[in-house]
Order: sequence, then C-alpha cells, then structure tokens
Amino acid sequence: MADFGGSDLDAFRTEARDWIEANFPKSLKGKGGMMMREERSEPTPDMDAWRKAMGEKGWGVPTWPTQYGGGGLTPAHGRIIQQELGRVGAYNPIGGMGVMMFGPTLLEYGTEAQKQQHIPPIVKGELQWCQGFSEPGAGSDLASLQTRAEDKGDHYIVNGQKIWTSGAQWAQWCFCLVRTDTTKKHEGISFVLFPMDVPGVEVRPIPLIAGNSPFCETFLTDVRVEKDQVVGPVNGGWTVAKRLLQHERSGLSGAGGGGGGRSLVKLAKDYVGVDEAGRLSDTDLRTRVIMNEIDGRAFQLTAMRAMAESKANSGPSAATSIMKNAGTRWMQDRAELTIELMGHQGLGWEGDDFTPEELGAVRSWLGGKATTIYGGSQEVQNNIISKRILGLPDPK
Amino acid sequence: MAVLNEEQTMLRDAAKSWVQEKSPVTAFRKMRDSGVELGYDANAWNEMAEMGWAGVIIPEEYGGSDFGYLSMGLILEETGRTLTASPLLASGLAAASALVLGGSDAQKSEWLPKIAGGEVVGALAIDEGAHHAPEKVALKAEKSGSGYKLSGSKSFVLEGMAAGLLIVSARTSGQPGDTDGITLFLVAGDAKGVSRKRLHLADSRGAANITFDGVEVGEDAVLGEVDKGHALLEKTLDRARAGLCAEMLGSAVQAFEITLDYLKVRVQFGQVIGSFQALQHRAAKMFTDLELARSAVEAALQAIDADTPDVPELVSLAKAKMGDVFHLVSNEMVQMHGGIGMTDAHDAGFYMKRARAAEAAFGNQGYHRDRYARIQGY
Repeated sequence: MADFGGSDLDAFRTEARDWIEANFPKSLKGKGGMMMREERSEPTPDMDAWRKAMGEKGWGVPTWPTQYGGGGLTPAHGRIIQQELGRVGAYNPIGGMGVMMFGPTLLEYGTEAQKQQHIPPIVKGELQWCQGFSEPGAGSDLASLQTRAEDKGDHYIVNGQKIWTSGAQWAQWCFCLVRTDTTKKHEGISFVLFPMDVPGVEVRPIPLIAGNSPFCETFLTDVRVEKDQVVGPVNGGWTVAKRLLQHERSGLSGAGGGGGGRSLVKLAKDYVGVDEAGRLSDTDLRTRVIMNEIDGRAFQLTAMRAMAESKANSGPSAATSIMKNAGTRWMQDRAELTIELMGHQGLGWEGDDFTPEELGAVRSWLGGKATTIYGGSQEVQNNIISKRILGLPDPK
Repeated sequence: MAVLNEEQTMLRDAAKSWVQEKSPVTAFRKMRDSGVELGYDANAWNEMAEMGWAGVIIPEEYGGSDFGYLSMGLILEETGRTLTASPLLASGLAAASALVLGGSDAQKSEWLPKIAGGEVVGALAIDEGAHHAPEKVALKAEKSGSGYKLSGSKSFVLEGMAAGLLIVSARTSGQPGDTDGITLFLVAGDAKGVSRKRLHLADSRGAANITFDGVEVGEDAVLGEVDKGHALLEKTLDRARAGLCAEMLGSAVQAFEITLDYLKVRVQFGQVIGSFQALQHRAAKMFTDLELARSAVEAALQAIDADTPDVPELVSLAKAKMGDVFHLVSNEMVQMHGGIGMTDAHDAGFYMKRARAAEAAFGNQGYHRDRYARIQGY
C-alpha cells in the first residue's frame, strides 16, 4: 500500500530511526513481550529511562494532540514509528487502558480541565487506569449495573461492587460506571473518575483458570467522587461508555495474536515432523493448521482493508464490526492447535519437565478463553451485528 | 469493498445497473429452461461485449481497455449476484490472460481483438479427469511435419460449447503428473478432429468434454515455450481463479442478502423469524465470513494488478476461503427458506448448485488449502 506525501514521510522515517537509535536502551531489545505479561515485576532503570524518553517525546501516542503532550502526528507517521521500533526490536512502553481506551474517550467527551489533568500523565506513562464497568450481576447486560452514586451536593458517595477490574491492584485511577438515577436503565448511568487510594476502595485479585491474573474484584464503600470528575453529562454516561467499548474492541481484536513466539507452522514441524515432501506428517493436523493460517491471513487482510476504507470514507467500515469475533475465534483456535500439537508437553502446568514455551502455551490457551467473554462477549458481538448492521428485529 | 478509483467506480456502477435491468435471475432461469446448448444467452453476451467488458484486462493496442483484474473482478462480482451466465470469465479473463502473458505479437494480434470484441469465445481446455489437476496431462502433442498432432481428450471445459479458440495443455514429453513437458497450444474451435459433447451440469452453465482426434496444428500454434508451459498455465489459472472468486463473492453476497430479506418478512410463531437469536447469530456468522472472504478475494486481484510475488498464495487463500463461505451461505439459504427453498420455483437452489460447480472449478477448497501450504513449505 502506497503512502501519500512520500518525501515528508521518508524524512520523518530517518528522524524516527535516529531518535530511537539514540534513546532506546540496547538491553531492552526484544523485551517488548514482557510488557504484555499478566504478572508484573519492578521496572529496571533502563525500562524507566525508555518510558520517560518516549513519554517526553509524545511518541507513545503519536496521534494525540500536542497541547496535552501527544505527538500531534498523522496515523501514517504513527505507523512509521511503529515500524522503526519493530525494526530494532524496540517496543512502545506507553500503553495500558489509559492509552487504549480511556484517553481517546476523554479527548472526545472530557472537559478542558479534565483533559489537562488526566491526559498528560497517560502520555508520559506515569499512571495506570483501571476499568470499573462489570458487576457480578451486570456482565453482558452491562446497563443493568447497580453501583449507586448518591448526590451529596458538591460530591457523590458511591457504594457497590465491581468485578473483572483488570489491573486494579496496580492502578492509581479508575474510570467507573455508576447509577445516578434508579428509575431508568441506560439513561440513569454516569461515567465517573476517582483515585484508587481514596478511603473505601478495596481490591481483591481473582485467581483464574490460567493461574494468576490481572483481574480483580473491587468493593466500593462510601467512596467520595468529586463532581468535576463526571465525564459527559450526568445520566449520560452510557453514550461515553459505548464509545469507550468501541476503542476496547478494536484494541482487543488484533492484539498480539502470535504472542511473539514461533509460528504455528514452525512449532508443528518441530513437534509433529514432516514427510519426505516437506509436508506436516500428521495430515489431519496439517489441514487444521492450514485452515487456521488461512483464517489468520484473511483476518489481517480484513484489518488492512478496514483501515484503508475508513481512511478513504472518513468513517468506520462495516468490516470493523466483525473484527473482535473473527480475531478472537482465530486466536483461540490457534491456542488449541498449539497445545494439541505439543502433545503431553502441551499440558504442563509448572516444573522443569517443560520448556518455558510449553508452559506459556498452556497459560495462553487458558487465559485466551476470556477473549470471547470480555469486551462484549462473542454472543453480544453477534447481537450487535444482527441488529445494527443486518437490521434484524428484537424478539417480541 | 476495496477503495476504488473513479474509473473502477464507474465500471462497477455500470455493471450493477446493467445486471439489474437486463440480467436478473429470471433471465438465468429463462436460459436454463430454454436448454440452449451454449449455456448462456448470446444476446446478453453481445451486450456485455459491446460495453467493452470482454476487453478489460486486454491492452489497448489489442482492442482492450487495460483496466486490470480488480476492475474485471468488480464486473464479475455484479454478474455473479444474479448468476448471469456468460463467457466473460472463460474468455475475457482466462483465455485473454493466457494470450497476454504468453502470446507472441502475431498470436496476440490475431486473437486478442476478437476476444475483446466478443466475436470469438476463448476457453481453457486443461483438465482431463473429475478433479482439477493441471499437471495430470496425458493428451499428447507429437511432432508432425513442421507442426504438431494433438490426440486425447479434455473434460469440464468451461464454455467449451461456445469456444472458437481452445487453449489446450498437451504433453510434449514426460509423464502425466510431471510439470516439465507440458506445452500450451492454440487450437481453433473448428479445427479438423475437434469434437465436443455438451455436459449437463447441475448449475446449467456451458461446459463440454472435448476430444482431439489427431488434430493438426502448425508450429505457430505453440503458446509460450515447448515443454515449459506449466509456469504460464499456472499464472493463467491464478488469474482465472481470482476472477472466479470475484464472481463467487457476488453470488454469495446476493444469496445472503436474499436470505436476510426473507428473515425479515417470514412470520412464524407470531413474529418474523429474523427476531430469533438462533437465526440472528447464524446470519452474523455469515456476514463475518463474507467480510473475511471479500478481503482475501480483493487482495488476490490487487496482487495480480501489482504483479507481486505472493499472487499464487493469495489466490489459493481466496479460493479456499471463498469456497467455504459460498458453500455455507448457499446451504443456509436453502435451510433458512424452509420448504419454499426446496422448490424449483425459488432461486435458492440455483445459488446452491452454482456454489458447488464454482467450488470445483479450477481447484476446490481441499486443493487450494494444500497448495497454500505447499507454497509456504509445509
């Protein structure tokens, strides 16, 4: 695909290459995958330095406006930064929910004061956000949430319980959906922000089937929320939340995928072997590996097409709506195939009888089951396609 | 839908309105009921040729417009919507590609303008058995005087009944299954010793088995190089496969849209059946798969236009994916229509029959999954 304005972009590529060369600590080469791990370790001084450098430069969020510290660049420039990072084994240290979901939403719906307060620390990677959306009784039917915010004049008092608040144990701030009107469903929800260290916030991590996890239960008891920390209108939080979920879904569909390890084909060759013609010797497995490879390629091509279309039509393409289901279906199939082709070695839980790659495959297979549940389950996505795209009616 | 330039948008819109006005599915039904030997309506084909569609991938110097394969794919997608039967794929795309890619100046000058104008229908005579297998060539071409003598037979030749020019793969050395030793020949449809028999297939399109009984051709009938025809054949076939995929995409999208419309009007248990989640989620799955297939098909056509080295793998990707999706959508079309979908009076059966014939043509899903993996070394 040709980029427009070639010479300007070529000059920028040189600039990006030189800057990364000068600032990226060589010791971190190829360590980007660590950022995605569910268990966190203390950052090294090199990691801190790299985060600070990218944060100051604003290149962690290249397309965000410069007045809040962002790069102020076009998506084409952003892709160049990504390519140049990848070229030398570097990674973008600015990430998390603040970048993926909350930031873009606040830029769209926040007041000037809210943006001034919250965007720069996200740009610099100084603090982490967590998402207080789901509740024990409000999963796929998110709008039935019960966490209550009582109006106390100059502030709200919030009581309730949130669940699946990923990263709550490490987050400094929370964006949270609360009920400000109990007489209405969708129109009684507000989108509020509060720091996690205020009195009344209690976080308990939830062990999952894959072992340790970033997911938590968060209990809110008489938590004080300032009135200037409501994003969008009071009782108008559902609109803001829907926008945020769109950001979440587009981020979840394509994320990682390969996991940075060996390709499925390479693994299959190593574990299952090949015949004299070089074909995978297990013909049944070979067919299923091929189908997964084909699905992955078709998914990538669709991501590229959706990007080209939304650029040309200045609006989202219909193809975007399928990305979460198509992407997660592909990744889950891939994870199943990976442990299957490893045989018994693909069932290790811990211990030195298994390679780190084998142990990782097992945890990824288990952890990946969440991808068709969170961020709008597979079934909710199908409902959205049926209703919004295909125009099929609700049941009587 | 790929991002189109102005020329492509105009072509697509013109094709859309012609197909809707002049070639709805009722036209296909009429053609089928008439039992016409050609397997298409000659008047409709003349109109298509007059609009220049047969010359879309042919260079201007040979009477075409040289708009490229994505453009041709846009037309085929529209004709596919209503199952329009015509030699556009076999002649304007497949046979024309073989000549453009491998023809001498003399061969191009002789045949391309006629193909572009629709005066001659070209066809590929490639397969000899029930399954697509371009290496399994037994039809022999032996040296005879200054030319060659062709003996053998070809099966499932698309538009074989109409063909005025046959592009025939023949064995000049080696054994069936060898890629070396295959040579392509240009054989006039009325050459002495050529005989054809119409095949009546479930999809009612034009197809024939063709016998070559000592057919004499000159040395100038060799397309490309002697014994080295396999590479040219593969390149030609990849273009034909990509074009067929575009047609299949149009048919599958239309089958899906007809089904979706039915879900919104058919009432059972006091409500339209499209309000049932069991059907909604199957519809959402079909939509998802159609979007994925569209990306693969358009990427293959764009790769051909850009002449990138990944054409073979992208084409196999597209044919494998598109075949699976058309298969699914056509089955669901019948199932979701219920009893009415089983009747000949309804169009659902046409789409399902066409799906299977298109899946089998130029290699089915199994063939292209295997090829996709072989190209990438596993």
